[in-house]
Amino acid sequence: MSRLAALLLLALATVASAVAAEIPLAERRSGYELMSRETRAMQDDDAANPATLWVLDGAALWTRKTGAAARACADCHGDARDSMKGVAARHPAFDPVRGRPITLEQRINACRTERQQAPALAWESRELLALAAYVARQSRGMPIDVAVDARTQPFVDAGRATFQRRQGQLNLSCAQCHDEQWGRQLAGNVIPQAHPTGYPLYRLEWQTVGSLQRRFRGCLTGIRAEPYEYGAPELVDLELFLKVRARGMPMDAPAVRP
Amino acid sequence: MAGALINVPERARRGEIIEIKTLVSHPMETGYRRTQLGAPIPRDIIRTFVCTYNGTEIFRAELHPAIAANPFLVFSTVATESGTLSFQWTGDNGFALTESAAIRVE
Amino acid sequence: MDRATRREFLKAAAGVGMAVALAPRPAAATPATMQEAIRRVVGTARVTPGRVKLELPPLSENGNTVPLTVSVESAMTAEEHVRAIHLFNEKNPQPDVASFHFGPRAGRARVATRIRLADTQAVTAIAELSDGSFWSASANVVVTLAACLEDA
Repeated sequence: MSRLAALLLLALATVASAVAAEIPLAERRSGYELMSRETRAMQDDDAANPATLWVLDGAALWTRKTGAAARACADCHGDARDSMKGVAARHPAFDPVRGRPITLEQRINACRTERQQAPALAWESRELLALAAYVARQSRGMPIDVAVDARTQPFVDAGRATFQRRQGQLNLSCAQCHDEQWGRQLAGNVIPQAHPTGYPLYRLEWQTVGSLQRRFRGCLTGIRAEPYEYGAPELVDLELFLKVRARGMPMDAPAVRP
Repeated sequence: MAGALINVPERARRGEIIEIKTLVSHPMETGYRRTQLGAPIPRDIIRTFVCTYNGTEIFRAELHPAIAANPFLVFSTVATESGTLSFQWTGDNGFALTESAAIRVE
Repeated sequence: MDRATRREFLKAAAGVGMAVALAPRPAAATPATMQEAIRRVVGTARVTPGRVKLELPPLSENGNTVPLTVSVESAMTAEEHVRAIHLFNEKNPQPDVASFHFGPRAGRARVATRIRLADTQAVTAIAELSDGSFWSASANVVVTLAACLEDA
């Protein structure tokens, strides 16, 4: 081939490798599509999906008066099936009080402490997961739609930087597996693209429902990196970035995943 | 808190075979796991599940630790008459849960 | 190292090796213990392969939760029905999985559930019919560890 063509090809390859990392919008696949038929069947049937037990718990908690204010979620928000539509699809969302985006779980706890005057629920507690599952369930089928604007952009960028940064003893970045090696087998499982469409979800490995932050900490441990604490800004920014990366994809919470 | 999720058709024709799905919240701790410090985690499982139809037992299951957490059981029965299907789970540490569902048979 | 100390060293090393080999290990089912467990249910009766349909995924996504369906073709009448279906495994810590008891009111001898499998292995179903006969089916499932192990 001519020298010019060779140089052009080299230039293209260099540019391509810088952005090839990101999955083209049309090629995005949710973890659901990469699961086995049997696991998909578990998710598709509410009567068979173990996460439904948490949704039912959440529905019960929604109407229970609590805290010094003796107030239930329902007292302000009415029927969650109406008022919570799209909420999970829009979180993490910017909180003017805190001056930064917060996750759905953090939003629930903010309401508990500020409006119900009740103590915050612990991360990964049954109650917090149940409320998050119940609220997220109301966004089922709706496209992920987190706001990217002047206020949230710096946090999206921070999340992207974390996603692309090599970490841990294995010196791996999230992008290396989830942008570049998705679809390939890692032991008995297919590597997903890591779109958080289904959280909180029932993970077969955990044998229980867990949050996205639990999953992040598990992955970080897996690459032998020190996992960030629950609620750490790094994890919230990462979730925000992943939601931006998954924009337009339908929510399927509470999902089942291997 | 939701102990169990039952799925039974609300109505059925007499003689029709109906499918019943049950999902109960329980960790089914096998007794073979250990904490990070090496201490054994004691067994804690559901051992028996019984379904009765207007008082008559129509299905029974004995479960061992090899049944997955949050036990899921799907079985069937013939819709003979209107009434109540009762479901009872019993297990280690005095675990006992009863749920019921009404069925109308025409 | 001179002969005396090397002998001491080897004896000590052998001692350590022995101690490690004798350290308590949880009992694990084997194909033999599975056969024993089946014998406990079946007694001296003959078990004939057939009539039982055991459905399991050949490759499980996670050994913690493996969906299983077992069924026996039967009219399920008072005269002729399936009394029970028993499930066994060969490599979990113990061989029993579950026993399901039916009567003619079941309509169908068919159960679906989810089981745990600790390793790649065969699962066996034994059906007990009202005429006292026993039938069996087996299925193999490949089970792998999760790729990234998290601390519990």
